[in-house]
Amino acid sequence: MTYKYSLEFEKDYQEIEKKLAELKEIAQNKQIDFSQEISALEEKLKEYKEEKYNTLSAWQKVQIARHPARPTTMDYIAAIFDDFFELHGDRCYKDDPAIVGGIALFNGVPVTVIGHQKGRDTNQKIKRNFGMPHPEGYRKAVRLAQQAEKFKRPVICFIDTQGAYPGVEAEERGQGWAIAQILMKMSVLRTPIISLVIGEGGSGGALALGVADRVLMLSYAVYSVISPEGCASILCKDVSKSREMCEHLKMTAQDLYAMGIIDEVIAEPLEGAHINPDDTYKIVKEKLQSHLDELLNLKMDDIIDQRYKKLRNIGIFREEVLIE
Amino acid sequence: MSFKDIFYPKSRKKYITLPPPSEASNPQITGVETCPQCGSHNSENLLQNSLKVCPGCGYHYPLTAQERIWMIADNNSFSELDDRLMPADPLSFPGYADKLAKVREETGLKEAIITGKAEINGEKVVMGVMDRRFLMGSMGSVVGEKIARVFETACAEKAAVVLFTASGGARMQEGMLSLMQMAKTSAAVARFHQKGLLYISVLTDPTTGGVTASFATLADIIIAEPGALVCFTGPRVIEQTIHHKIPEGFQRAEFLLEHGMIDQIVHRKDLKQYLSKMIALHRWSDKQ
Repeated sequence: MTYKYSLEFEKDYQEIEKKLAELKEIAQNKQIDFSQEISALEEKLKEYKEEKYNTLSAWQKVQIARHPARPTTMDYIAAIFDDFFELHGDRCYKDDPAIVGGIALFNGVPVTVIGHQKGRDTNQKIKRNFGMPHPEGYRKAVRLAQQAEKFKRPVICFIDTQGAYPGVEAEERGQGWAIAQILMKMSVLRTPIISLVIGEGGSGGALALGVADRVLMLSYAVYSVISPEGCASILCKDVSKSREMCEHLKMTAQDLYAMGIIDEVIAEPLEGAHINPDDTYKIVKEKLQSHLDELLNLKMDDIIDQRYKKLRNIGIFREEVLIE
Repeated sequence: MSFKDIFYPKSRKKYITLPPPSEASNPQITGVETCPQCGSHNSENLLQNSLKVCPGCGYHYPLTAQERIWMIADNNSFSELDDRLMPADPLSFPGYADKLAKVREETGLKEAIITGKAEINGEKVVMGVMDRRFLMGSMGSVVGEKIARVFETACAEKAAVVLFTASGGARMQEGMLSLMQMAKTSAAVARFHQKGLLYISVLTDPTTGGVTASFATLADIIIAEPGALVCFTGPRVIEQTIHHKIPEGFQRAEFLLEHGMIDQIVHRKDLKQYLSKMIALHRWSDKQ
């Protein structure tokens, strides 16, 4: 096994995995029967991993969510959908490669797919602007969503971005305006919408694809109002406090499910989607299908009402009681 | 009677009387103020008489929510809504509870926005005014809830909505609950628009982040005060990203007007007239 890029806590057991593989090879070459010992070791290693992954900190989950080998939107599109036709451009300014969108078949049903695209190698990353969209990306997303509404296609969104791009041109062309528009339009779009956070969901740039009837999250994905680094630099004036802030921000799928902000946590294979992408695609496809089936059985007016009510009820505050 | 008592009276009256801003308690301004734009020294009295606009260069000093309401709403017309909503500390975020207590003590405000029903030159409105003194006017659960209720109240009363924005964005200390307020307020605006009613937003210095990227820029008419900074990403963060200084005037109201992002820049002295006339123009559609 080769590991191009390992996380700190992955290294702990990957060393053992390597040795185990070597041992197997030697045993095979020399034709010595170590199979009992090897399976005992494998069992032990599995237990160790399970314990490790069941007690991951929020910071460690952020590392998995940002893992360079983690499947991107395009990977999910290729694995889950058939006949994907990519559609480009916002019809105003240009095409933003940081957001991909188009029409595809999902188990035979035409759907519109929209998602952030981070890119994998350096060239791709630069082309995709590291998955950080400009206003034209959000305007393209609105265009495709409204097209889906017209043709009564459900919309499936994939969220995976650090956030909207913080640059001069993005501001000039109205980054805030573009995000506000998509939030408003998706809230009343007359077609079912499912959003899935597959990696990192950062701030308003992620939420822009997150106004949906069902918001799902992979178990090692994160979704936050601000990156832990941003929070540490603003509140503590010290980026080294990122780990600490990360735990306080309650940004993991499990925390958000407990707060009622997302509808379901989709369990990834033990070591994360990047180690075992095929199993991840399979379970994601199953879950998307079951949520879509539920939504397609509802009346459109009810879907819109429920979408509003769900958003309307998010918020925790106190109501002061006055004693007259 | 202290200023706090005027806003949160022990015995609840339907209407409250607002004092002229010279009585408004603002401990920072005493005697002489140096204008941050032109450096001229303005006396407190002079500023109060000129609606807190520098007579020399036209710099618009920031206003407290109370001052803004006094300036815009007709005398005795403002009745506050939802004044009992208080922020909680849902994530038990370190330091948040203390910060809230401190800023409440300092400002007499309960949250970063005051909302209420009012009349502007006789035109019925539901209005909301954000106050940047309260944790930089950041939007948490209470701000989002109050704004959603403003739009719902206005729907029920068939009134126009006027919002004065001033905000650093979403409130980090409430985590994702804050971010979701962007979606919640935008959804409330969408429903309001479907009713065919008028929404005017007045962007004041500074309007940034999650507020710019939600209800603030979804109005039928978007106006700004001169010189107001309005952006999604603040200039400091952009400079850190691109590693060089950004030009003077970038993301200011004048820049936004030139780039087609806002409808008009309105001087503070004309603001009340502008709003009431604009609302009157739209009353015609009610009769159809």
